[in-house]
Amino acid sequence: MDGYNFAYLDEQTKRMIRRALLKGVAIPGYQVPFGGREMPMPYGWGTGGVQLTASILGAYDILKVIDQGADDTTNAVSIRHFFQRVAGVETTTATTAADVIQTRHRIPETPLRSGQILVFQVPIPEPLRFIEPSEQETRLMHALEEYGVMHVKLYEDIARYGHIATTYAYPVKVDGRYVMDPSPIPKFDNPKLDGNPALMLFGAGREKRLYAIPPYTRVESLDFEDHPFEVQSWEHTCALCGSDHSYLDEVITDDKGGRMFVCSDTDYCQTRRGEVA
Amino acid sequence: MYVAVKGGEQAIANAHRWLADRRRGDRDRPELEVAQIGDQLRLAVDRVMSEASLYDPELAALAFKQASGDLTEAVFLLRAYRTTLPRLAVSEPLDTASMRIERRISATYKDIPGGQILGPTYDYTHRLLDFLQLAGAEVPAAEIREEVTEAEACPQILELLNDEGLVEQEIDDGSEPADITRDPPDYPMDRAARLQMLARGDEGYLLALGYSTQRGYGRNHPFAGEIRLGQVEVEIHVDEWDETICVGEIALSECQMINQFGGSREAAPQFTRGYGLAFGHNERKTMAMALVDRALRAEELGEPIIGPAQQAEFVLAHADSVDASGFVSHLKLPHYVDFQSELDLLRRLRREHAARQAELDGTRDTASPQQEER
Repeated sequence: MDGYNFAYLDEQTKRMIRRALLKGVAIPGYQVPFGGREMPMPYGWGTGGVQLTASILGAYDILKVIDQGADDTTNAVSIRHFFQRVAGVETTTATTAADVIQTRHRIPETPLRSGQILVFQVPIPEPLRFIEPSEQETRLMHALEEYGVMHVKLYEDIARYGHIATTYAYPVKVDGRYVMDPSPIPKFDNPKLDGNPALMLFGAGREKRLYAIPPYTRVESLDFEDHPFEVQSWEHTCALCGSDHSYLDEVITDDKGGRMFVCSDTDYCQTRRGEVA
Repeated sequence: MYVAVKGGEQAIANAHRWLADRRRGDRDRPELEVAQIGDQLRLAVDRVMSEASLYDPELAALAFKQASGDLTEAVFLLRAYRTTLPRLAVSEPLDTASMRIERRISATYKDIPGGQILGPTYDYTHRLLDFLQLAGAEVPAAEIREEVTEAEACPQILELLNDEGLVEQEIDDGSEPADITRDPPDYPMDRAARLQMLARGDEGYLLALGYSTQRGYGRNHPFAGEIRLGQVEVEIHVDEWDETICVGEIALSECQMINQFGGSREAAPQFTRGYGLAFGHNERKTMAMALVDRALRAEELGEPIIGPAQQAEFVLAHADSVDASGFVSHLKLPHYVDFQSELDLLRRLRREHAARQAELDGTRDTASPQQEER
């Protein structure tokens, strides 16, 4: 696009972000502060992910953007348009065809392969934030590996509800060291973080933090021996493709309590329907 | 049968067309010119420039127009443009003492060298709606004195106190200030970084926090030592010529608060300072900023931290309207996946609750009447 550099950000900014990313990859799960820039979309709408994608995107990369697992949700459409406009890259909805996938709140159902990069949009990167609001304190807690409070919080959930009441943005421990917020993905997706062949990058624009999970890194969801981590399951199957193993969105179909369940990952669902047909 | 929502692209395009149409309004009336906004709605333009931290009255007016008068949106538009600009030079520190004064008042002395100059102010106007403006009456031109007030004649009031040692002295230690537009926030922040964040903080937010200090949540006994408004020269040092040259003038508002004194066994008691600075005519903002700046010095000055305005991380992390409006508005984005997770858990918890309740009711039915009464 005239008047703007390739992928919107200037080259110095992109280099600064790539350096921060390298640091993030070198210290898996560690939140690296970076000089985040204002983007032409609002904070909270994916500016962190957009900056990361802009920094790593090459002219021949194929980009996929999803929000809630779907390619056609409004914000996914908006971000995909943005990169079509400022980088002129090819885009796709097929998980298997994409080099870079920017996502909000989901990890695709189709397993990722080596060489792919998954970029997460992160609202609040600090997993300890809702226990300790001060950034000064939480940085110290990470430095000292002082994560007892997180287990206390999970224990209090069990004491009160009988279950760990965190259903999304479920905290994980990366490579046995840093406790990390996997962004608000449902805990259903947490097992996909572990040992994934793809590089996973996390960008929080407003908070000016980024972090990474390198390929094939050990990622454990926090739990207790007597209350092991478990993911959501449904009594239903997808009403469109019949999948009994994907994350389902509930869709209200009338005002009489009628509802159906469909795959949140639209590409996965369509591919399955194509195969069945 | 319901098929997952499609057509987001078309919906977005249509929404934007409708928005542009609304913005233009009634085609029978002339379109608002950007120059008119810069000329007649200059206080809005000044606020947009300040909070966007970019001095460009024309583009700020454009942003205001494009945002249909939504100041927060206009700030965001201009801020997003600012981030794409190259850095050509870093200016020398501005010398507000040599400001070409339009307005300058002090609440601490009745008469001051250079005089009290009210300038174009809303102070002392009676807030009566002027129906003549509704009827489009002509406004008589103001008489402007030809002779410009000499800069030397308007010394900074706090410097006069300084001569007596009554007010703490600000000392330039020569260190390179942080740059909040390039470096991520690193708490605790020094005063230079704090002032930068306050300078582009949301006016309403700072006003509320400043006000809270006056009502007892971290009082600091402020006096408006001096408020000045006018044009200041911007100079840059050109290395090739080894010379400092003026590249233009910008309008600034500055507020210096004089606050309660501190002192210790070693140091004699002195007034302390709070400082506010903003682009254009932004007096309320600079006063609020000065109050909050002073409140944030509580730790440095050994004061108890009892009010929200004194908590640096809280105040600074939430001051930026671009940050805040973005994150609040993101709640409009789809959250069906997370919501589904919560629904699932809630239903499970309710099922378990109902089962426990049923079990409890069962044991109650078989219990003896006496037990039940207790």
